[in-house]
Amino acid sequence: MKLLALLPFAALLGGCDFVVLAPAGDVAVQQRDLVVISTILMLIIVLPVMALTVFFAWRYRQSNTAAPYEPEWDHSTQLELVIWSAPLLIIICLGALTWMGTHLLDPYRSLGRIAADKPIQSKDAPLNVEVVALDWKWLFIYPDYGVAAVNELAAPIDRPIRFRITASSVMNSFYIPALAGQIYAMPGMETKLHAVANKEGTYRGFSANYSGAGFSGMHFEFKSLSGADFDKWIGTARASGNMLGRTDYLQLERPSQNDPVRLYRSVDRDLYKAILNMCVEPGKMCMSEMMAIDAKGGLGREGLNNTLPLTYDKYARRGAPLGTEPTFVAGICSMDEIKDAPSRDVLAPLDLTPLRGVGLQRPPFSPAHPSSTSLLLGQRPKSDS
Amino acid sequence: MNPDLIKMIFGRLNLDALPLHEPILVGTFAVVATGGLALFAIVTYFRLWTYLWREWFTTVDHKRIGIMYMILGIVMLLRGFADALMMRLQQAIAFNGSDGYLPAHHYDQVFTAHGVIMIFFVAMPLVTGLMNYVVPLQIGARDVSFPFLNNFSFWMTVGGAVLVMMSLFVGEFARTGWLAYPPLSNIGYSPDVGVDYYIWGLQVAGVGTTLSGINLVCTIVKLRAPGMTMMKMPVFTWTSLCTNVLIVASFPVLTAVLALLSLDRYVGTNFFTNDFGGNPMMYVNLIWIWGHPEVYILVLPAFGIFSEVTATFSGKRLFGYTSMVYATVVITILSYLVWLHHFFTMGSGASVNSFFGITTMIISIPTGAKMFNWLFTMYRGRIRFELPMMWTVAFMLTFVIGGMTGVLLAVPPADFVLHNSLFLIAHFHNVIIGGVLFGLFAGINYWFPKAFGFKLDPFWGKLSFWFWVSGFYFAFMPLYVLGLMGVTRRLRVFDDPSLQIWFVIAAFGAFLILLGIGAMLVQFAVSILRREQLKDTTGDPWDARTLEWATSSPPPDYNFAFTPVVYDNDAWWDMKRRGYRRPLTGFKPIHMPSNTGTGIILAGFATVMGFALIWYIWWLAAVSFVALLAVAIGHTFNYHRDFHIPADEVVRTEDTRTRVLAAGAQT
Repeated sequence: MKLLALLPFAALLGGCDFVVLAPAGDVAVQQRDLVVISTILMLIIVLPVMALTVFFAWRYRQSNTAAPYEPEWDHSTQLELVIWSAPLLIIICLGALTWMGTHLLDPYRSLGRIAADKPIQSKDAPLNVEVVALDWKWLFIYPDYGVAAVNELAAPIDRPIRFRITASSVMNSFYIPALAGQIYAMPGMETKLHAVANKEGTYRGFSANYSGAGFSGMHFEFKSLSGADFDKWIGTARASGNMLGRTDYLQLERPSQNDPVRLYRSVDRDLYKAILNMCVEPGKMCMSEMMAIDAKGGLGREGLNNTLPLTYDKYARRGAPLGTEPTFVAGICSMDEIKDAPSRDVLAPLDLTPLRGVGLQRPPFSPAHPSSTSLLLGQRPKSDS
Repeated sequence: MNPDLIKMIFGRLNLDALPLHEPILVGTFAVVATGGLALFAIVTYFRLWTYLWREWFTTVDHKRIGIMYMILGIVMLLRGFADALMMRLQQAIAFNGSDGYLPAHHYDQVFTAHGVIMIFFVAMPLVTGLMNYVVPLQIGARDVSFPFLNNFSFWMTVGGAVLVMMSLFVGEFARTGWLAYPPLSNIGYSPDVGVDYYIWGLQVAGVGTTLSGINLVCTIVKLRAPGMTMMKMPVFTWTSLCTNVLIVASFPVLTAVLALLSLDRYVGTNFFTNDFGGNPMMYVNLIWIWGHPEVYILVLPAFGIFSEVTATFSGKRLFGYTSMVYATVVITILSYLVWLHHFFTMGSGASVNSFFGITTMIISIPTGAKMFNWLFTMYRGRIRFELPMMWTVAFMLTFVIGGMTGVLLAVPPADFVLHNSLFLIAHFHNVIIGGVLFGLFAGINYWFPKAFGFKLDPFWGKLSFWFWVSGFYFAFMPLYVLGLMGVTRRLRVFDDPSLQIWFVIAAFGAFLILLGIGAMLVQFAVSILRREQLKDTTGDPWDARTLEWATSSPPPDYNFAFTPVVYDNDAWWDMKRRGYRRPLTGFKPIHMPSNTGTGIILAGFATVMGFALIWYIWWLAAVSFVALLAVAIGHTFNYHRDFHIPADEVVRTEDTRTRVLAAGAQT
């Protein structure tokens, strides 16, 4: 009866775009698999519980005097064992799956594969994209190409993308459901995301964390393009007249809603670092510099003067009528030095077969079909190692 | 007049703070004001003010305070639900270029207020109210450990609610989401009074909650009837104990984190700012260290209610009492080890995420065990499907879905795609409505005859039940679907027209819930009108098992003329089985606490102080703070704290009961 009532909804469901369940990128596909497997695992216990609830409620109703009635029966060691161990077993399986899945799909970890059947090659140099969440729009900088875009993101298919993500003012969350799971974009902090798109198309990206009045309009198109089309897109960006320097950025980051797509043919090469360190304004000390000074013991009382230019970046100091306060040390290293500092990425090990004890030889076992280990999500066939 | 002087007197409060330009708010105000005036007129006409003040506002009787908590919770439910309806309506129509009917400025306040009110001023008062009413009766006590503190706690909760309600008509509420994450909630991005209303509303109410937690822990630990060892306590008392331990241990964290946020906002410290070494993620950690236990603070008492109801209406001992108790304790402990699962997506390492994901899943083991225990309590029982039991079965079927989606969200990679989506919204409404609220409704229907001496009308109750349950499914199943379509929460307008149908279905569900709430209010009214037909003279209308049913309905002020002695964990069932006879002679004077107006006065000053701090009216804040201290110190010199109910009055009360029982037995 209940199921019949659900039929029209089933028809509705058919016409929908379940992007989370049918994504276009390998990372999101693996996350989807995990969603599905976990759900099935839990249904093993949830469905019997629901069925038993209905059955017991019906069978032991008051009017059914044929059913046995044992008012004093309140304990059974065997039953207790079952009711504690059944969920425990499920959680052990799910826990193992979680541990593996979380590590394999850690957004900070570089990709081990392009798609289920396509291991990564050394020629697959990742595309770097620097993402800045602004009030209330997205800025994407392509450091490899020196171009940038507002509210539009393009990437070639089957090429790993390495996102470095920050924000200008408040917290947002960078999310393209078709591509990969989300990660927060936070001011003064950097998060990372590794992903790859496998299907051409235009997908929706947005902020998944409420960030103020213009939040609803804070979405963009993610264009998953073929290699040639991507080059064309870069060409279009280069052909646009816009340039994004620091002053342009200070203009851009002012709150605005429902901004149109804008492409920039060139970008200040240190802009992203400066945004991250909250020192886009000229003469403002970068957080990284302050931290470097502090790491060396600080500057004592004189150091207090250095904190003044750091004042809450957007509101208090900008365009202060009395001009900037005196600063004793504006910086101890150049922007280039910061830029060239090695970035610490979590690298995917090339050999993903599980360790079987420290220092022990791996047993000489190889599955008949490499795909038979596919329960270990994201694992590559052994032959690739 | 001198603007500086005006500023000194009124702070930042001025006529612009009145939302005269917002027709919705003006309309609401008109309705509230008319209703309020009508109420005031009625109370004045029937000369009820003295009665209300003497018998209710100043009462230290845990039963009356419990009832007042329930009334507060139900009144605030109407406000919180009005917000919900507004959101559902906005989301159902804001398609195809339409901007809906709420501007961002208003909509963002609505969803923030909805969350804050539903958690702090609906769920918490209802839970605290039931615990307050039932726990002392269940353990055979005369009152709680600190009756005056109980009154004070209640009025502080009211004070918080008053501040939040005031924000509707004076100024505005926060536009930050219900947990007010900085930097958005910091002064740079929320310079208005909204976040200050949020902070002081919760701080004032938080004092009440913490103190009431201490009070109930002491009560349960110290005031149990002789013979009631810990492992003979009724399960509801056990879950209340665990809940109050959680309150005592976690609410100070909330108080502290809000204090730090207010320092950031008021004196320019940098705990949660972007620069100067501040870190907003610290706030996120701290608020969830309170926030996750809070979830269990709400749901554990509901679990207790289901345990009582299942055993009573199955006419059977609770299956696996010991494992039920241990499951509760395990949940209590584990609830502190899972907070990070609320922000897997903030860039923690894989090992940290896995740890918190797996601890979260482990909670489902004791919860699952509880579910089975209720199942096997029904097994070989004689189940009477009265309203409390109907809510329980609805809970069992609904809650497992919420539990399942909860465990799914505990898998970090799954959370990466579902976090902050409408799937998450569906999940936590599934557990809070399907778990907490259904439990509270079961509890209200179950204990109402104890509190008032007549049952609630079953017809309107069933109508309310079916509207609520079907409304819940209509309102939240579409949100699961939308979440899987990648739709995120707190959006005000949409540009994908294919989503609209789901929001329309959800709005229809909200409408059904509205009918459910309406039917519930009618149920109360009808029951009061038909109280003679629904009357229960026995004090034990459900053939129940625990001590609260051993006394009359409503219980006398002193609860029990003689403190009962307990031999079994179903104490009243055991007494009935062994042919218990009420003692009819030998009554002694009973020592009782006296009523006092100090609680309501203190809470009044605290509320005024909160209001003054919100509007930067420093002189008023200082004056009310000094007054608060003075009254508190003054109260320590009040030596008229207790009295004795004379023996002959006890005799009179008990004789009346004897006659009523005898008359009942004849019919």
